[in-house]
This record gives sequence, structure tokens and C-alpha cells, in this order.
Amino acid sequence: MISLTINGLPVSVENKTTLLEAAQFIGFPIPTLCHMEGLSPYGACRLCVVEIGEGPKARLVTACTYPAQEGLKVRTASERVIKARKMIIELLLASCPQSKTIQDLASRYGVRQQRFRQEYEDCILCGRCVRMCTEQMAAGAIGFRGRGEKRSIGTPFDARSEVCRLCGGCIYVCPACQLRCTYTEPEKALCGGCANLTPPCLEQERFDDMMCYMNPCVACEIKKD
Amino acid sequence: MERLNSIQHLQAFQGRLLGQRDPLAPTIVIPAGTCGRASGADALIEAARQALSSDGLADRVRLRTTGCHGFCQMEPSVLVEPERIFYPRVKPQDMGRIAAAAARGERVRELLYKNPETGRPIPRQDDLPFYRKQIRVILSRNEKVDPARVETYIVNSGYSMLARVLEQGDPQWVVSEVKASGLRGRGGAGFPTGLKWEMLANRKNGHGKFLVCNADEGDPGAYMDRSVLEGNPHSIIEGMLIGAFGTGATEGVIYVRNEYPLAIEHVLLALQQARALGLLGRNILGTGFSFDIQMVKGAGAFVCGEETALIRSIEGKIGEPRQRPPFPVEKGIEGKPTTINNVETWANIPVIVERGAAAFASIGTKNNAGTKIFSLVGKVCNTGLVEVPMGIRIREITSNIGGGPSGKAAIKAVQTGGPSGGCIPAKHFGLRIDYDSLAEAGSIMGSGGMIVMDENTCMVDVARYFMRFLKDESCGKCFTCRKGTQRMYEILDDIANGKGSPAQLSLLEELARVVKDTTMCGLGQTAPNPVLSTLRYFRQEYLAHIEKKRCPAGVCKALLLFSINERCVGCQACVKACPQGAITGERKRRHSIDGGKCIKCGACRSVCKSDAVDVT
Repeated sequence: MISLTINGLPVSVENKTTLLEAAQFIGFPIPTLCHMEGLSPYGACRLCVVEIGEGPKARLVTACTYPAQEGLKVRTASERVIKARKMIIELLLASCPQSKTIQDLASRYGVRQQRFRQEYEDCILCGRCVRMCTEQMAAGAIGFRGRGEKRSIGTPFDARSEVCRLCGGCIYVCPACQLRCTYTEPEKALCGGCANLTPPCLEQERFDDMMCYMNPCVACEIKKD
Repeated sequence: MERLNSIQHLQAFQGRLLGQRDPLAPTIVIPAGTCGRASGADALIEAARQALSSDGLADRVRLRTTGCHGFCQMEPSVLVEPERIFYPRVKPQDMGRIAAAAARGERVRELLYKNPETGRPIPRQDDLPFYRKQIRVILSRNEKVDPARVETYIVNSGYSMLARVLEQGDPQWVVSEVKASGLRGRGGAGFPTGLKWEMLANRKNGHGKFLVCNADEGDPGAYMDRSVLEGNPHSIIEGMLIGAFGTGATEGVIYVRNEYPLAIEHVLLALQQARALGLLGRNILGTGFSFDIQMVKGAGAFVCGEETALIRSIEGKIGEPRQRPPFPVEKGIEGKPTTINNVETWANIPVIVERGAAAFASIGTKNNAGTKIFSLVGKVCNTGLVEVPMGIRIREITSNIGGGPSGKAAIKAVQTGGPSGGCIPAKHFGLRIDYDSLAEAGSIMGSGGMIVMDENTCMVDVARYFMRFLKDESCGKCFTCRKGTQRMYEILDDIANGKGSPAQLSLLEELARVVKDTTMCGLGQTAPNPVLSTLRYFRQEYLAHIEKKRCPAGVCKALLLFSINERCVGCQACVKACPQGAITGERKRRHSIDGGKCIKCGACRSVCKSDAVDVT
């Protein structure tokens, strides 16, 4: 058993548990996109970053891939983590605004605008489809090709696959092409129809971590007097 | 070549070679690395052979072709031993005179290097301002060794350090000696090499351990590792053999980028010759120690210089980094413990064994022992490869060794560390070059690229250049690295083209911080460095581009304004030269340029004999 601390609370987990599993076990929410139960962790979307360590050596790592270590101090919602998540959501919106999964993430974290040039891509290269096809369906019909900007997912040389069994698993797990937002203006980036209020803890109350993993948010009640 | 079956056999072979050599015999040494060959060294070698055979000098004057000697600006050059006379930029037709003079122990005065300030000739290479302040522990060996002939390596104490280590028979001594020397990885991160080796040595042998030489050298403008591999490949093999003995490694890999054909050729030749001599393979020198090295070629990806991506590339997979822990020393190639070191780090190993840890540590500064090879390029007079003690001041490199700016414009900054590094402005040239002080200033030592920039370099353009490189080279796995570098490039491109706004500048800084924080490997984590360091020291250039839509250095084409001033004599040369017909004007009257039609090609400026075209 490994003992570590998450957001100040002690947790004991088994060997080979990831920080994401440990946090979920104790109830702290961490957003994910490329992670999926049943598929191997990949660490591509960077949304699940958490802050580990203390002082100048503190750094952000992806919770889905980082193994729990004895004595580790983890913060799932520090200011640095929230700033990073918001920027990642902005970048996601700038590429793939029509995905409801991404829109929901934007609402959850209070991202109302994105400041980059708007693109309309239909793939965020999270790799869920690749891992689904290889690991769960044991087919391996699609994979990553190319590097950087030219990275894409598809069959080798775009040839018709001989191993694809047309199971539809890739479409099923895709966060970008599932459930397009169908509010009044589907082309516009954000409609805010599913918006929540921005929690005040970081902006107004100046706590170090976001408090809203408890429902209702206890921090506001405490600060009332 | 006979196989050497024991240490005594090697020593006897060495003794025979020494006996055949005459250290006082005049020798023409021609540096023929890739830089030399590109400047015409092949023609010189041919001319030298001709001169020696046709003038009957073949028995009096020797010829040796080697790797790079470092003063690439002056190539194709010739070095005449034993007095070490230096001839810069030699033409094939001059070879005959040089050979004849060498035979007589004289020199050809008109062909010598001339001091740029006084005009006086400086005959000896070691007196040249370029060479005087260098401490050429590693590069000096390039002058003595012909990379295609292992005998030249052995006669210069080659493989003697391996013999010493094997004779002593104590692997732990090797590791503790390297630790005591204070050698830090020369690939850029500066991790203590001895510590890395100790971690590998402590791993149980199990199914084998790997040693890797990282010769991917992806930084634009850096070619130090290339010159060591091309010029002295056996030094790397010997270094790896010593390392294998010390750490218990069983297999070695030299990973060379595909874009270094001469290095690949020489490494393959060296491996072949070492195996034939029995210095690689089973039961080396009859001591029971076995180790062999394979060469693996890269395939054109900068990211494969990152150690976990390099491991995947060696395994034949797509070059994507993976998260650490587990570190390569735990799980590397094929899951086996692996240690990866840079070419220059390996080249230092025989040096440490030869001179001892204390002597090695006496060069350089505290925590930064030894020498470092830098590729000094850019707007400086003497470009080439320089080897200097750690802790030397930047100014000594740019002014003394480099000879100052190459043009009329003053030097503005140096860029160190390649795309992961930053720019250091001229006012900080008193800084010492070591891992820590460069990091404090916002840059990194990196693998040793040093690009000198003058007043005519636009720092926004520099940041944009590096960002374009990084966005092309990002493996694309991490969302923030792939998209982050793309978006940072977009913003920098907008700024350089005059479409930037102050809000974009703060967005750039915010994005840079997130990219630095959230990416998985060194490429993404250091990608913002060129942007952040140019913003730190040259913010006014960014502001000029954004607020005044001007490029102070006169580089960003979209922001340039070509105009004709009062010096115009009305000769109509520019009117005819302009491809767009943007210039109008009658004879003997001042012409004018229509800004709307002007495409800023510069043709008018190049034909104007009155210096009447202003670019602002």
C-alpha cells in the first residue's frame, strides 16, 4: 500500500495506482478527455494535469499516467492547475468548438471565449479510437501518422483496411464527433446554454485551491461571517 | 589487420607504429570534415597529391586528411607540421608552393593568415586570435587522426586508456573517477555523468544493459558532435568501451541522425576496423570483457534527440517521448536498463582516464568542470567550432575568439542552446558560460550552439523562426505542445507582419507559461524559451512591431517601407529594375515609390548607385 496526500487529505492506495484513480477513489474530480476506462492511459490531452511536489520543484504531471508514490503531495485544483486547464480548454475550443464534450468542459471551468484564430477540425488526436481498435477490438486498423501539425489518424497509407470489422467502436468513443451542440447557432463557438456560475473561491476569496468539489460549495458558507 | 589478443599485443602494435613515425617529418594536414569538403577541401587534397608526386616530394613530405580543425570560416585551410603553420582559404593552384616550402621547412609568406587589424601575417596556428584562448582538449585530436585509418588513432595513444582500465580491472574505479571529475552531460541538460553511470552500474545485469551515444544533434546551427564523429570516431568507441566496463553494460548503440552521411560513413568504418582488431566483440584484448556497438540511423526528427523518443526510435517505433518515471536507467531499450550520453560526453571519457579526475576538474569552474565545444556562428568574423574552458565569459568568445562583428552593425545578442534556449543581450556579455549562470539569465547551455546576432537581426523574427522549427518538429502527441507551438507561431507571425495587438502579447505570454507547465517532454517544456527570453530583453522590439507597425532591425518584410531620399539623381535605374512598376519619376528628378505596389524585393536598392533608397 502506498500512502500519499491529495489536497491535504491522506490516501492509501495499492501499488501501480495512478494519481487519477487515487483522486477519483477519494472523490476529487479531475477532467479528462483522452482517458477512458478500459483503455490504457495515454497522456495526450493534458487536461488531467495535477500539481505534485512543493516549492520551486513543484511541477504539473498528467494524473492518468503518473504512478502513486509514497509521500507524494498532490493538488488537483491549485491556481497553476486551473490556469493550465482553462488555457487547454481555450485551445480545444479554438480547434474543435462543435463538440459537446468540449463545450461542457468550457462551461464547467467558466471559459466563455477563446482568443485564438478559430479552426473547425473534427479530430483532437486524443487517440481513444486508436486504443479502442487495438486494445479492445484487437484489430489495430487505425493508427497515428505524421508528426506535429501533420499528425492524423487513419489506416496505413489511407488504404481500405482488411482488419477493420466495422464495429463502430472508434465513433462510439470519440469525444469530438459525438453529440454536436445543437443550440440556436451551432456554428458559433460558445452558446453558454449549459453554463454554470464561475466559482468565486479563486477569483474573489483568494483560496489557493478551488473548493467546489464539495456540493454545495462549503467555502462560501464558511466565509459568510 | 591482425586481431589484437592481449594488452601487450596492443602495446607492441602501438610501439611498432610509433617506430615508423617521424614526428619531425613535414606533413601537410588538410581538414576535410563536411565543412571542409563543402568549401573545396577535396580539390586541395587532389592538388596536394599531385604536387607531392609530380614534384618528387612524396618521400620528404607526408599528407594527412583529417576531420574539422574548427576554423571553418577559413576553410579550405592547410596546416603544415611540425611547425604548425596555418594557411587560410587555400586555392588548389597554391598547393605546389606550400608543399615545396614545407619540404624546405619554410613558409609561403603571401599565403599566411593576416591579422585583420594590423595586416601582419601570423604564421603559427596557435598564435591566431581564434585559437589563442581555446583549450582544445578534444578538438586538437582531430588534427592528429585520419578518421579512415585506425592506425593514426592508435599511434596517438588510442585505446591505451581502455587498456589501462582493463588492466586495472576495477569497474567501480571507472565510475568513481568519472564522478570525481565532475563531468556533466554535454547534451544540454548537464546531468552529472558519474551519477548516471552509478545508477546503471547498480542495476542488476539480468538480461543485459545498454549504452547509447546520442548523435542526433538536432539544434539548427550546431555541428560540434558532427565534427567529433567525422574526425575522431574511435574516441567515442573507446569512451563507450570504458563506460561499458565501468557499468556492466552489454550492448551499445550509436544513434546518428541520417543527415550526417560523412559521420555515418566514418563511424561504420571505425566500428568495422575496431572489430577486426578485436577491440569490439567478444573477449576484448583477451580479458574476457565483451561489448559490441551497433549504429542506428535517425530518420529526420528533431524530437528523436529526446531520450525516451530516441529509445523508441531505436526500437523501430515512431519517435514519441513517454512519461518518466520510469526512467531509461530502469526501463530503456526493450525494457532493459539504458544510459544515454551525448557524443561530447563520451569523447571526454578517455581524457578523464588519461589525465585523472583532478586534472580534468581543474579546468572550468566549480560545478562546471572541463571544456565545452561551441559552434560559433552568425554575425561574427571568425565562425567555426571553438573549445573553451567552462566559465569563460561570453565577451571573450565573441570579441577575442570570434573577432567581433562581421559587418558594420554592432553585436546585439547571442542565442545559446538552440530552439530550447534563449537570447542573451550584449549588456550581459560579462556573464560566465556555465550551466547555472546561463539558466539564471533565461537561457540554457544546450548542446553548444552559439548564434551571434547584430543590430540587423530582428528578435521577433528570431522567436518566430524557432517557433516554426519547433511546431514542425513537435511529435504531436501532447495537445498543448502541438497546438501550443502552432498558436504561438500564429501569434508571432501576426506580430511580425504588423497584425499584432497588445492583447495578443499577453495571450502569448500566458500560453507560453501553460505550454511550459503541461507538456510531457523537453521539447514542449523548453519551446517557450526563445519567446520568453526575447520578450524579457527585447520587449521594445515587440512593442515597435505591435504599436508602431515598424521593424527596427529592418527585417520583417511586411513592415518595411521603401522610400527614395534627396540623394536621388534621377537616373531611372530603379524604375527599370522594379518588377512591379512601383517607381515613377522623370530623368534628373527625384523618383518616388508607390507603397501600395511595392513588394519590398530590394531590387531598387541594389541597383541604386547614389544610396538613395531608404528602408525603414
